[in-house]
Amino acid sequence: MAAAYELRCRECGKRYENAPLSICDECFSPLEVVVDLEAARHTFTRETIAAGPSSMWRYQALLPVPDDYVPTTPAGWTPLLRAPRLAERIGARNLWIKNDAVCLPTLSFKDRVVAVALANAQTFGFDTVGCSSTGNLANAVAAQAARLGLKSYILVPADLEAAKILNTQVYGATLVRINGNYDHVNRLCSQIADRYNWGFVNVNLRPYYAEGSKTVGFEIAEQLGWRLPDNVVVPMAGGSLIVKIRKAFKELIALGLVEEKEVRFFGAQATGCSPISTAVKNGADTIEPQRPATIARSLAIGNPADGIYATRAIRESRGWAEDVSDVEIVSAIQELAETEGVFTETAGGVTTAVTARLYAHGRIHPDELTVACITGNGLKTTDVLQGAYEQHAAIRPRLGDFETYLAERNEESELELGGAYVS
Amino acid sequence: MSVRVLLPGAFQKHTNGTREIQSSAGNLPALITEIETTFPALKTHLRDESGQVRKFINFYVNEEDIRFLGNEKYAFQDGDEVLVIPSIAGGCAPRDTPFGQMQMQNWGVCSCCSYCGQEECICGD
Repeated sequence: MAAAYELRCRECGKRYENAPLSICDECFSPLEVVVDLEAARHTFTRETIAAGPSSMWRYQALLPVPDDYVPTTPAGWTPLLRAPRLAERIGARNLWIKNDAVCLPTLSFKDRVVAVALANAQTFGFDTVGCSSTGNLANAVAAQAARLGLKSYILVPADLEAAKILNTQVYGATLVRINGNYDHVNRLCSQIADRYNWGFVNVNLRPYYAEGSKTVGFEIAEQLGWRLPDNVVVPMAGGSLIVKIRKAFKELIALGLVEEKEVRFFGAQATGCSPISTAVKNGADTIEPQRPATIARSLAIGNPADGIYATRAIRESRGWAEDVSDVEIVSAIQELAETEGVFTETAGGVTTAVTARLYAHGRIHPDELTVACITGNGLKTTDVLQGAYEQHAAIRPRLGDFETYLAERNEESELELGGAYVS
Repeated sequence: MSVRVLLPGAFQKHTNGTREIQSSAGNLPALITEIETTFPALKTHLRDESGQVRKFINFYVNEEDIRFLGNEKYAFQDGDEVLVIPSIAGGCAPRDTPFGQMQMQNWGVCSCCSYCGQEECICGD
């Protein structure tokens, strides 16, 4: 290979030079980036990684960008947190949170994939980039395009959360609202990408874009002291993230950076859009598309592009998938915030609620090292918490008023606790 | 009765650049047959070894996935617009494909298995 990576068709094996292309012209199947692991074997070591930047680019040798690429956006390298209080609440004893709610620059894991996609957009000479998005990707493309001086067209479902729309427009992106759901938007983008010479990060740049998700897996392994967890719980929209984390673990094993281990993968969806978890539960080899109806809009993809691969990855790893109701999603957002100080968006509520259910159903043993992937920030979906908290009347700035307030609050608490308040 | 059929860019190599046709097909199987008759070069690419239309090719009728309309049972209406789009996904070669075998021979690792869920994965060996 001329470069340390190239495109190949996953079905017929046809090889392609690096290009903004995502579909094989022989069998119309998806193309995939293949990184030459042998070429990276001597440059991708624990020592060189530790000496790298405090961002996802410390893993640059296994990402599809030119050797001399100089990244301008320090995305990734987010905290891996122990979650003892949440663990106690849900019957776990060794639970960790991978917190991409604080991924820079736009507070979701999409910053990782966009960083790789736009690096390639520049390599291919695009001056305009775009995406179809349920929101987080829109934010990430708009912000990083601004930083790189690229024009951006962002297509989103018209009913998207206001915060996600604002967080796209503020970067100067052209935001096009589409009357339809994500699947409608995505289809339109496929047509646009056929006609316009633009770099669509999740259409013609998708093979490159998807590789960015591997950095979540690389980070989990490194932050655990170069070992793999027993289980990972991952939210699923298109299904790419869970597949790519697994690929990252496989690559680390292949390069000898971690001991071989079969990590079990668990997928999380909202019941109102659960084509992948339904396939897993039914043992199906195909994905039946659904019409999404859930507050977890960042996961509302009814026809997931990587659904079949996600299903297979879960099944092969002897994991499982679950889906939870909108009510459970909101409760889980609150629970994660109250126990661990992590405010996540609806997708993180899905992950947290599904994690709790997996313990409750005995699918994960309490002592197993389990990482739940939180992929987005709660400040983007505050609308789902409207009315969740009572606002008390303001008091005067006097100590006496404050003490009266406290006494009233304590009375309320005792009433709420009722007979349980016995000490 | 006539429906307008929009073909994806990925087909053009096999359609001499044609991106749109008018069809009188009554349903999806008839339409696929008509496309194959009109563009014989496309036929071997449209179907897999077992003769099935490849799973990554999606059909939409007036913005709706044809699977929501009854799929093969849906009767095209005069004026329908049919959109053909290959789905977009990541992935890599299963080991039982020529590329998968080549990957194993040349690279000694099977980066595909994390995608395809093949049993008895030997990645990292």
